[in-house]
Amino acid sequence: MKIVKIKTPVTTEKIRELKAGDNVLISGIIYTGRDAAHKRLVDLIERKEELPVDFDGQFIYYVGPTPAKPGDASGAAGPTTSCRMDPYTVPMLKKGIKGMIGKGLRSEEVVEAMKKNGAVYFGAVGGAAALIAKSIKKVEIVAYADLGAEAIHRFYVEDFPAIVIIDSEGNNLYETEPKKYRTI
Amino acid sequence: MRKVKAEQIKDVIKELFLKANFVIGTDILDMLIKRQKEEKSPTGKAVLSQIIENDVIASDEKIAMCQDTGYAVVFVELGQEVLIVDGDFNEAINQGVREAYEEGYLRKSVVEEPLFERKNTKDNTPAIVHLEIVPGDKIKIAVTPKGFGSENMSTLKMLKPADGIEGVREFIIETVEKAGPNPCPPIVVGIGIGGTVEKAALIAKKSLLRSVDERNNDDRYARFEEELLEDINKLGIGPAGLGGITTALAVNIEFAPTHIAGLPVVVNICCHAARHAEATI
Repeated sequence: MKIVKIKTPVTTEKIRELKAGDNVLISGIIYTGRDAAHKRLVDLIERKEELPVDFDGQFIYYVGPTPAKPGDASGAAGPTTSCRMDPYTVPMLKKGIKGMIGKGLRSEEVVEAMKKNGAVYFGAVGGAAALIAKSIKKVEIVAYADLGAEAIHRFYVEDFPAIVIIDSEGNNLYETEPKKYRTI
Repeated sequence: MRKVKAEQIKDVIKELFLKANFVIGTDILDMLIKRQKEEKSPTGKAVLSQIIENDVIASDEKIAMCQDTGYAVVFVELGQEVLIVDGDFNEAINQGVREAYEEGYLRKSVVEEPLFERKNTKDNTPAIVHLEIVPGDKIKIAVTPKGFGSENMSTLKMLKPADGIEGVREFIIETVEKAGPNPCPPIVVGIGIGGTVEKAALIAKKSLLRSVDERNNDDRYARFEEELLEDINKLGIGPAGLGGITTALAVNIEFAPTHIAGLPVVVNICCHAARHAEATI
């Protein structure tokens, strides 16, 4: 199994080297964002206003963590279902997002925009929230604190485990892998 | 009448929600371990190992196994000889939820109204309470913190009686196939057949309280559960949707009397974090 170490932020060239099926360990900064934060970000983009975070070259993780226990850097932090963010994703890619981390299917429109802009969709294991939290070393809230778990957090991560599900050429593990085991 | 203080109900609710969110049932854990050994896909095997490791960490360290600590759903079987004293029954349940989600560092995932402001209630209340009055002087409480990755993939269909078993089978398989990787497979498939629209949904949810190694008491339905599980695991979706022979851990069917003109079916999907806990007062 090929394991690739990535440090964020990344360049488009680096992202284009990643292939569907690569296991990656991500270190550096990851921003979080779910439905409510995406809605606000895209509203700002539509009004041509400045975003609270410079997303150029950055990764966004679709997650709403549990509150951290005293002494812990992060609470449980597994991925949420990505397709809910599909309606907001094309403008985010245009703002320079290079990686999205979540679980589940993406729309065709999103995949096309990933190919065009050079971006990758990573899967984290849904429901492995306590395990994933171990790779999160520090957490800061950078915007929309009023949204609670849905606020934009900045995660400082070390060897955050993920797998390339859809690469920048549009190769998609969700399409290729289940077929190999289908017997019905 | 046997008197039970509202505070006692509050305490039990709190304890059950904490337990359900931290400690996966041994039925699920044993099934995950068995399936991990049998899984043919290397990626699928690795995903199952991650899930098992996750569940052990959550239980050892008393942290939520999944960040979606769910909508608080409570089933109460209230003995008719019980008198609840010193407080309000509904408030006791909500207070138990409030304390569990606050003190257990669980996520508050409830919005007070669905369409306009979607403002978070900030304490994960109100709970959804299903109350049944039964003979006796006990209170049986079952809780299930229900995650919405899988809830969102659930379906309802009013089939025709003529659609029969094959129609039901087709609808269930189609639901699981369309859900694909979204509901965090391996899943538990809760099925309600019969009743009315709301009854079918209710028994589908209730079926998720059953252990994954326990089949329906009616042999015909037990066989149907096994056939469906076999078919679902032939879909190839696999752990995390990355391919494999473990798409579901169990299919649990509950059925109810229905109308001569109807065949309602609800498929209520649950992720591998199939959390539930029970207690009797």
